[in-house]
Amino acid sequence: MSEAAMPLWEVFIRARNGLSHKHAGSIHATDAEMALHAARDVYTRRGEGQSIWVVRSSDIVASDPVDKDMMFEPTASKIYRHPTFYEIPDDVGNM
Amino acid sequence: MYSQGLIGADGKTHEDAAFLAAFQARIDAEQKIEPNDPMPEGYRKTLVRQISQHAHSEIIGMQPEGNWISRAPTLRRKAALLAKVQDEGGHGLYLYSAAETLGVSREEMTEQLLSGAAKYSSIFNYPALTWADIGAIGWLVDGAAIMNQIVLCRCSYGPYARAMIRICKEESFHQRQGYEIMIALCNGSEEQKELAQDALNRFWWPSLMMFGPPEGESVHSNQSMIWKIKRFSNDDLRDKFINASVPQAEKLGLTIPDPDLKWNEAKQGYDHGEIDWDEFWRVVKGDGICNRERLKNRRRVDRDGAWVREAAMAHAQKRAARTASARIAAE
Repeated sequence: MSEAAMPLWEVFIRARNGLSHKHAGSIHATDAEMALHAARDVYTRRGEGQSIWVVRSSDIVASDPVDKDMMFEPTASKIYRHPTFYEIPDDVGNM
Repeated sequence: MYSQGLIGADGKTHEDAAFLAAFQARIDAEQKIEPNDPMPEGYRKTLVRQISQHAHSEIIGMQPEGNWISRAPTLRRKAALLAKVQDEGGHGLYLYSAAETLGVSREEMTEQLLSGAAKYSSIFNYPALTWADIGAIGWLVDGAAIMNQIVLCRCSYGPYARAMIRICKEESFHQRQGYEIMIALCNGSEEQKELAQDALNRFWWPSLMMFGPPEGESVHSNQSMIWKIKRFSNDDLRDKFINASVPQAEKLGLTIPDPDLKWNEAKQGYDHGEIDWDEFWRVVKGDGICNRERLKNRRRVDRDGAWVREAAMAHAQKRAARTASARIAAE
């Protein structure tokens, strides 16, 4: 195709106040305004959203799945970060 | 129907045994595969092929029904049909974006569709001749699509599975609006009921073909099952569809156009007559009633819209340049 590629945007939607924005998918648009319009048409045809964020896919910095172990494995051995690590007598009640 | 996307798929892959075993272990443990995860090249290629063909099917699928928007019999029917066709466009876009996570660009996929290199579901090469066809398409074609798509919600590739969940939520209105049209026609005059029967006669067999050829001939089906891209055989899904549709036809007072269709007590399901696979292959290879027209329309629309895309790009560039120069002036 001779046409220039249209930038890709990631779409995040807040279903209702009190919830955080959640990734819904992506769309192509030339600028932010068009991205918002397209996101509204494509991802909120059934009242799925109260608020939309769009961000250029190229602006997202992501961790590499190859580094997964290095990044996240160390937390697995730190069981003392969880409440169940500590022994409290039953008769103390809920804590 | 989207197992049709697997026809001719190249599942060949060249990774070493340890890599493939580790990948298969993840699949067997029902872990979802996400975009940047290591994956066999054959897995990636098979998915690109199936998801993009699924997307093309949604986009081309707008044509047979779009044809009836301006001729819908009432405003209620028109609003529903318009919403349904808009949904199909939206479904195409969800799917294109799922395919793009595998490293194929929207432009490449569009080019493959327009050049005829990529296929789409055979069903959309049949014309919608009467208003009753809109009923039959919603009832049978969307019904068959739902059968396939529900199992695809559990596909091993995360973005595809997520797109399918969203699509399935939206599809059930499609089938219901179609069946409601059939009910109205079947409760109407003799002529209306005849229209409904005629639509069923024309759409029944092509709907059964949507599930793809029996497994023996569907070469790459087996590898797709092992990778959990696909979870049931074509014949199993087809049987499920027939078992669901026959009582629905009876409720309408219509006759399924298959003299060999009969209840099989032992398997608790229906046995059906011979499917004309020669017809199926003719349509897949480009010789269906509407293949040429569908692509011609798609190419025309793409051409006619090119100036809009170019203008939007130029506008965005101009605005960005203006903002940049204003910033320099202010500094």
